[in-house]
Order: sequence, then structure tokens, then C-alpha cells
Amino acid sequence: MKRKKIILTSIVAAVFITAGIMYAADHVDTPAVTSQPSDITDLYVFRAVDPANLVFVANSQGLTSPANSATLKFDANTILEFNIDKTGDNIEDLVIQCKYDAASNKMQIYGPIAPSATGTKSKLEGNLTAEVAVTAYGSNVVSGTGTTGIKAFAGTRDDPFFFDLNRYKAILAGSAPGFTAQGSDTFAGTNVLSVVLEVPKSLIGATGNINVWLETKKKI
Amino acid sequence: MKTPIKIIAFIFAGSFFIISCKKNDTAPVVIDYYEQQDQMARPAINTVFVTAPTDKDLFNTTIPSAMGSMFQSKFQTRLLALNSGYTTNALGQNAATLTGLLATDVMGVSTTGVTTFFDGTNILTGRALADDVIDVELLLIFGGPTGTSNPGLTKDNVNANDKAFLTSFPYLANPW
Repeated sequence: MKRKKIILTSIVAAVFITAGIMYAADHVDTPAVTSQPSDITDLYVFRAVDPANLVFVANSQGLTSPANSATLKFDANTILEFNIDKTGDNIEDLVIQCKYDAASNKMQIYGPIAPSATGTKSKLEGNLTAEVAVTAYGSNVVSGTGTTGIKAFAGTRDDPFFFDLNRYKAILAGSAPGFTAQGSDTFAGTNVLSVVLEVPKSLIGATGNINVWLETKKKI
Repeated sequence: MKTPIKIIAFIFAGSFFIISCKKNDTAPVVIDYYEQQDQMARPAINTVFVTAPTDKDLFNTTIPSAMGSMFQSKFQTRLLALNSGYTTNALGQNAATLTGLLATDVMGVSTTGVTTFFDGTNILTGRALADDVIDVELLLIFGGPTGTSNPGLTKDNVNANDKAFLTSFPYLANPW
């Protein structure tokens, strides 16, 4: 058994050494987006305390130290877009778009709304449905509620993701046989830039299962 | 993409004279377009299953409905490289079924029930902040049909976030 495990670990290691340094969730996952405002770290979608609502969380720009958090900024040229498929074909039937307005320092929310076109290219759809001033680092939470009942937050948060990534990398590199009995959270003490939306389920208008994914899109 | 920009520029230029004469006219609306840079749904999929840097960028700029045909076989190769002894996992999925599911990177969310990545009963009905998503994925990749294979690789023993989540909006903990 032990021998088998060592062999497996070696195979794993051999594969990963060629793959280079690994990151987790979606933190700094690719050459093109690493260190860019468009770098998504995580998507969360869950039922709110009020079960009539769903919460959508878009995190970006992860692994930010407290020292660097005060200067963390949303980018006016990058929109965060939640895509919602209601029919199971993995094509968006609704989008919720988050656009940062630098002049007012507000996050502006559009949708949920059926987009005029699906795919890799988007424009802002319909009218503003909610907006919220960005909560400054170290300040109390500012939230805003739009006329359709969407509650919005934008600002720096503790990264909710947890994983012993360093140990994982050591396993892949062949220098550790497996995880330790007491893992160490590589993401402890780091922050992300978050947009949190609490959306009435009635605005999505689906009963049962939906498919959700998050995209960042940059102005062209 | 160049063409619409030119058209917009042309419309704008054409309207300029009129605007300058008639103060009360509203300025023409220039529509901004945005192009996909990054995409994600389920945690760690691109990082774990896509290896070549060019493929990572390609995966991020591909729409989910096109991902399956482009990436399923690469995901399967990767899965078997990670765990050459893979047969099925605790959900009874063989390599083709699991990678077919994962290659289309969308997150299933229940609009009626419990929302969780996996809570022992419900599977892939959302992702809550406290969900130990990495352990779920490690178990499905390395745990074999009963979840007991490769015990050193199926959980990282980091079971919770380093800060307590808030019980009300915005739910995520204050920054460090």
C-alpha cells in the first residue's frame, strides 16, 4: 500500500513539475490575466438568509496583502458579468453586469436581463438596477439597494477561499508524500476585491436548477 | 471588432456639426463593447485540469457551451495523469463522465433548495462560502469508488476559512 502511494505520488509529481507553479481556485490562473483587474479568483452562489433571495459573489485580484489592500481598485474598463442559463444549454439567458464608475466611485449594476447578444462580447444591457459606493478599505460596510430589490456591496474583503496550496505544490513537486494532519491555509491573511449581490429569486424567474458562471470582460 | 468602432466613429463624426449648432441636442450615444478575459464557475478547474499556458488563456476566453468539445479529452488525459489508477469516483463517474461534466465550466445552482457544493446529501447545487470545495474535488479525483483510496491525497485538512463569515449581508468577512 505504501509503495503504491509513493508510485502514485511520483507520477503526480512528474506531471506537475512540467506544468510549473500551480495556483488554486481561479487565482492568477493564466498568463493573460495574472495581476490584471480581470483576474477572477472565485465565484460563489448561495441562498441568502432570506430564502427568497440568491447571493452572487464575484471575487477578483486575490492574494492581496493587507499592506497592498488600500490601493486595490476596481477597473472602469472591466465589467464583471454573472451569466445565468435557465434552460440547461449552457448559453446565458440572463446577465447581471457590474460596471465600476470611476467618477462617482460607485459599482453600478445592470440586470438581471436577457442580453441582446450572447457570447464573448457584451455591452451594458438595459438600465441601472442598483448602485453602491465602493466601501473604502478599513471602513464600515456600505451597501445599496436598487428599485427592483437588489442589494449590492463592492469593496475589499477577506478571501473566503481556504486551501493548503503550499503543501499541494510540495506533493506535486514530489517533496511531500501527502497532506499533513494539520493543514496550513495558504490564503490566510489575504484579501480580495469583492462584489456581492443579493438578488430576489423572482428576478431570475426560474424554479429548479440554473447554471451560473462569471466572466470578466474588458472594454474594446 | 474593428468595423463597429469605425461605424461608431463615423456616426459620431457625422453628428458633430449638428451638435455644435444646436445646443439642446443630446450627444450621440457611443456604445462600449467588452470582450471576455477570464471565466470561471466551479473552483480550481482551469488550474487543475488545463496545463499548457496557451490552453489556460483559451479556456478562459471560451464560452461554456463550446468548452466540452474543446476540452473534455484534454481533461481526461489530465485526470489519468493525476491519478493513473482512476476507475470511478464516489459518485460512480468514470473518467469520461467526470471530465465531461467538469470541462463545461458552469455552476449548477438550485433556486428552490439547499445551495452547496457538497454537504453529504446535496451535490453541486451552488457554492456556499464555508464549503470545503477542495476536499470535494480531491476526493472525486483521488478517492476511488469508495472515497477511501489514496487517503493522503483526498483532503488537505484545512477545513474552514481563517475568519468567521458574517451572518448577514455582505456575508464575506471584513478584510485583514
